[in-house]
Amino acid sequence: MIRTILEEIAAAEAALATAKEEEKEALCERLSRLYDSCREFTPEQKVLLSRLAKRPKIGQILPALFTDFFEQRGDRQCREDASILCGIAMFDGRPVTVIGHRKGSTIEENIACNFGMPGPEGYRKALRAMQQAEKFGRPIITFIDTPGAYPGMEAEERGQGEAIARNLAKMSALRVPVVAIVTGEGSSGGALAIGVADRIYMLENAYYSVVTPEGCASILWKDAKKRGEACAALKLTAQDLLKLGVIDGIIPEALGGAQRDAQALYQRLHDVIAGALSELDGLAPQELTEQRYRRYRAI
Amino acid sequence: MALDPISAAARLEMIFDAGTMREMNAGLVAGDPIAFPGYAEKIAAQREKTGMSEALLSAEGCIEGMKAVVCVLDSGFFMGSMGTAVGEKVTLAVEYAQEKRLPLIIFSASGGARMQEGILSLMQMAKTSAAVERFQQAGGLFISVLTHPTTGGVAASFAALGDIMLAEPDALIGFAGPRVIEQTIGQKLPDGFQRSEFQMAHGFVDQIVAREDMKRVLAQLLRLHGYHQNGGLCG
Repeated sequence: MIRTILEEIAAAEAALATAKEEEKEALCERLSRLYDSCREFTPEQKVLLSRLAKRPKIGQILPALFTDFFEQRGDRQCREDASILCGIAMFDGRPVTVIGHRKGSTIEENIACNFGMPGPEGYRKALRAMQQAEKFGRPIITFIDTPGAYPGMEAEERGQGEAIARNLAKMSALRVPVVAIVTGEGSSGGALAIGVADRIYMLENAYYSVVTPEGCASILWKDAKKRGEACAALKLTAQDLLKLGVIDGIIPEALGGAQRDAQALYQRLHDVIAGALSELDGLAPQELTEQRYRRYRAI
Repeated sequence: MALDPISAAARLEMIFDAGTMREMNAGLVAGDPIAFPGYAEKIAAQREKTGMSEALLSAEGCIEGMKAVVCVLDSGFFMGSMGTAVGEKVTLAVEYAQEKRLPLIIFSASGGARMQEGILSLMQMAKTSAAVERFQQAGGLFISVLTHPTTGGVAASFAALGDIMLAEPDALIGFAGPRVIEQTIGQKLPDGFQRSEFQMAHGFVDQIVAREDMKRVLAQLLRLHGYHQNGGLCG
């Protein structure tokens, strides 16, 4: 549905570029109608948009916003989980710790990173990176984009629930600034486990929810096809979360989605992060953790 | 076989010395914060069925003469799910225990975060975990008791964070539910998967305690942390 609209726009834009003068008016009108339909995405359309393979992911965002990236791998206990990317990088000339769910743009990439669904090792690696950031006084920037923590046997054997819970507890008390941005899918505890932050932003067409809409529909209505109803009922859009007071701001996307103008997105992401850090830089560690506690305490 | 479910009220009665219990925040209930279709009716029906106002009771009282704060989730009310009211009651109980320097015991039994309160339910995981972290950093003792079933957002927040982790025998304990895992991996799970004994074998539970022994073990733990001294005693 989303793809169709976007494909139609692409086709109409291409046609306009080579159109004869007398065809242009009709094409412009058609484009205008198509653009309008992008201005009013339904919650379900936003969910689909948030999952587009072409949507900018951590792999593209990271080099666009940061320099000197040094990847940190492994949980120091048993394994490396590629579904979460961690490392140290420079942002505007200062070192920061970057953590994000890793999704691919192709099937091969997605298999390599388990479609952005971490196991406990991924969350423990993230916690290790966060505690190191705290030690060295680096702010932490996290990018959330996951359909959820991986529901597999090994993940359960190794304590998926414990790993998520530990991150929630420890992140709440980190003595360095934490900025979280939901760039695509923010699904369930698997998203929140790197999302306890001082400032939380969402891209305009990202979603953030207690459960995937499909999961909600199949549990409540025994029918995963009722996704549209679940998307509406869960109040999972960036606009909903801003109204509910869960997030601090919405980062606009290009008309039709972030993938249509990634450069503009990177610029906005940069400005939002820089703005948030400049607000948080002035706070003493104690104030920072107190404000973070109050933030969640009020929900 | 997992033990039969037990109501939160019956659990409190089993744990506290007779006549010492005082319920806290009894009137705290959630609204319908995201106007979820059918939620208001469903919660009314749960109240009618159980006579409870929410899925969790919290109380202070005495265990073998030692003061403690105890929370109990009731799986008979909306699957023991955590929405804003449950999250708030847990957080208030943790903060109260910290203020009064009392030990904290939480019996969990829950299907997870309550979908009908959407993102606000998810955020209760962060809120309760943050409160537990503060309490523990301040030196408080938190004993988490996992009972059948403890899954989803409760298993992945405060319930996993006990200084001491206890479980009732054969309780289902895990983040993902068994059906979801079976759908994901396309095969049946082995017997005993995610049960208390499995969790203990994998390092996530200190001891499995029979229901009739629970009060005795809790009292032992309170004594081992010195709560029989220094003003920890009742009246």
